[in-house]
Amino acid sequence: MNAPPTVLQVDNLSRRFGALHAVESVSFSLQRGQVLGWLGPNGAGKSTTLRMLAGVLAPDAGRIVINGADLFDQPRPARQALGYLPEPPPLYRELRVEEQLWFSARLHGLSRTASRRAVADTLARCGLEAVQRRLIGHLSRGYQQRVGIAQTLLHDPPLLLLDEPTTGLDPLQVAELHQLIRELGRDHGVIFSTHRLAEVRAVCTHVQIMRDGRLVYAGALAELERGDLTTALRVGFETSPPLTALAALPGVIAVEPLGRGRFRLRHAAGANLARMLVEQAVAAGWGLCELIPEGADLEQRCIELLLGTEEAS
Amino acid sequence: MISIIAAREWRVLFASPLAWGVLAMAQGGLAWIFVTLVADFQALQGQLAGLDSAPGVTDLVVAPLFQAAAWVLLLLTPLLTMRLFSEERRAHTFELLLSAPVSASAIVLGKYLGVLAFLLLSIALVAAMPLTLALGTTLDQGKLLAGLLGLCLLIAAIAAAGLYLSLLTRQPALAAVATFGLLLLLWLADIAGARSDLAGRLLGYLAPLRHYEALLRGLFDSADVAYYLLFITLFLGLAVRRLDDLRLRD
Repeated sequence: MNAPPTVLQVDNLSRRFGALHAVESVSFSLQRGQVLGWLGPNGAGKSTTLRMLAGVLAPDAGRIVINGADLFDQPRPARQALGYLPEPPPLYRELRVEEQLWFSARLHGLSRTASRRAVADTLARCGLEAVQRRLIGHLSRGYQQRVGIAQTLLHDPPLLLLDEPTTGLDPLQVAELHQLIRELGRDHGVIFSTHRLAEVRAVCTHVQIMRDGRLVYAGALAELERGDLTTALRVGFETSPPLTALAALPGVIAVEPLGRGRFRLRHAAGANLARMLVEQAVAAGWGLCELIPEGADLEQRCIELLLGTEEAS
Repeated sequence: MISIIAAREWRVLFASPLAWGVLAMAQGGLAWIFVTLVADFQALQGQLAGLDSAPGVTDLVVAPLFQAAAWVLLLLTPLLTMRLFSEERRAHTFELLLSAPVSASAIVLGKYLGVLAFLLLSIALVAAMPLTLALGTTLDQGKLLAGLLGLCLLIAAIAAAGLYLSLLTRQPALAAVATFGLLLLLWLADIAGARSDLAGRLLGYLAPLRHYEALLRGLFDSADVAYYLLFITLFLGLAVRRLDDLRLRD
């Protein structure tokens, strides 16, 4: 099978609701074997973008190519190639679990025999065999969510769009779902949105951060983590030294004045800036009165990106 | 694809007490009317025997029964069509259909055929009552079939309108109210149609009931059938357009 490695290509996707720019020229691509964690506060445009990718909402501008098929010019193969789990999961409360899955399988063009096999396999894969005869309306939220996930896997789409899939699950179920997503991530392209960084760390290979309808960060998770290896020192002096003197310290990348003799010094990780700074301060008589190492971890960095400022405290 | 959507619609209808209630009410009410009509006919039989070209059992029992059936079913159809789309939007299940590799027309036709099959079943149950008369007497089959066809077309037309209206709102109750409103308008058009001036004739032509009455009298005019088919096509076409539109706005 020589399936295209790029399962999703998005170019300049935009969508407005009245005067509100919900999504503004978002572009990115996703390969097979990538699990893309999509971070952002509520209302950042994550769900809107996912809805557009799923073909549920038309964009004002932009192009979406799924598995080599344009979503608007060749809707059928494009839609065939995607599995979409919105929040809340689209389940008919009056149907039994197996009926729901059967309907969804048939709706996605599987033949009767293929549907029967797909439903049986998926029930086993998602641990739903025990509840297959139960009415969906009678299931707990966690099980409903699992049925929703099972439904997206039935037709084995190369692209999975999961909108906050871990909502309503207990920690054990979350761990199971993470395991499932990691497994799927090996030969599928998976996008899932969340506002929990820990989740992204647990399962993703790539991260995208969205704020006010724009992508503010996109890259591999490893890069984001490497990025936080630049750390910072917060320092305060009684007599404010010249900026240039601080910038001249070895290892300093940037100096930010914070007012009243206080500065943030960004420096490469590993450089022992604190010692040099103390020596320098004593020698020059700056009157060092504050020295706080800022262990800017991933969390900190994401918050910075989300707030759009470097001043995140 | 259409049949899959229709089958689910049919399955869900029977899973809800509403559909069973509708069937029971239609059947119970019309059975009572039917028995009354048969009793009246028996009482009149003696007098009718003396007349030349007297109206037969088809005119005196079947036609009034179908007339009543039309009213009963017209009142019940909006209750069945109201949830077709609005319920899906309210329960957030619509995304499944919208993201699936299915065209808007397949979704609309599937839903329509699902609910139509249910309505035809209730019509079949109603029609079974006069058919039992065939055991003891001869029925005018032409009139019976024309009336039955008219009833099916009338209900199918209102179901199409109800389907379209349920696409306009997330509230099933609001969809039902809108459909009742439309029925009221069409009924007013029917009343206005009693006038003989041009406006009256035009309005009368628009009223679905007029075309039904002609068929009930056994007058099969292809223009009447065409009217219903156009009515159905119009509303289903509007529904398809609206569905495509929903993906644009919402």
